[in-house]
Amino acid sequence: MCNQTVSLVAAEMERRGIVTVVVQLLRKVAEAVGPPRALCVPFRFGYPLGAPDDPALQQSVLEAALSLVEEPGAEPPMLRDLALGEVRAATGRPVRPRAPGAG
Amino acid sequence: MARLDELPLHHRAFLKAYRWRRIDPVPWTPPAKPLAECRLALVSSAGLTLPDDRGFDSKIRGGDSTFRVVPADTPARILEDHHRSSSYDHAGIHQDPNVAFPVDRVRELAAAGRIGEVAPRHLSFMGSVTAPGRLVRDVAPEAAEALVSDQVDVALLVPV
Repeated sequence: MCNQTVSLVAAEMERRGIVTVVVQLLRKVAEAVGPPRALCVPFRFGYPLGAPDDPALQQSVLEAALSLVEEPGAEPPMLRDLALGEVRAATGRPVRPRAPGAG
Repeated sequence: MARLDELPLHHRAFLKAYRWRRIDPVPWTPPAKPLAECRLALVSSAGLTLPDDRGFDSKIRGGDSTFRVVPADTPARILEDHHRSSSYDHAGIHQDPNVAFPVDRVRELAAAGRIGEVAPRHLSFMGSVTAPGRLVRDVAPEAAEALVSDQVDVALLVPV
């Protein structure tokens, strides 16, 4: 639901001249709702920027999201995937998505 | 990528039958200037608020589609979690709210010159809005107008 909520809000912002990027945790929902610019991330619910207390990882996800704004010739709906390998390369260490906890 | 099978059974059953709201036509604003000159705001759906702010109402049918304002200079560690959804693990957000609402990180982006500046306020929703009629009709336009009045160039929206 959160994935849809931010996309619907993004559409209203984009309509009013604000450039938007939405992070998405479920590609299927991003495809169904169709926000203008979306970055699908390889993390589980509750952890959209990867891991707590890991500023380098969080910054690498933000950087990937911002890079969508700078992609030349892009057209909507723009949907990109952040690969775990890219995140590893950016932070210089392996990233293990945590095992699901008690939700 | 998160997977639907992470969710409790009743959430999965609901989502299987759910008709997602398609954005059509898809609006598009090309960037007018480099990011290093842009003012950036965050929009989170993690239900995080300032400690003395009104929480969200998880009893509203179809979801509480209202939003709260979080001033740009708010440290992440004081944000409070009002999201009642059992569909995700809240432990990471309780440990470090930046994992869903990166208010500290975007100040670093401004300090590093990657973006021009952080907007005066960020917006916080509680994302469990299953009936988005009011969100689309009233609240999302209101949120967008708030950022327009703050002269925001780029909004980064993060679900949970």
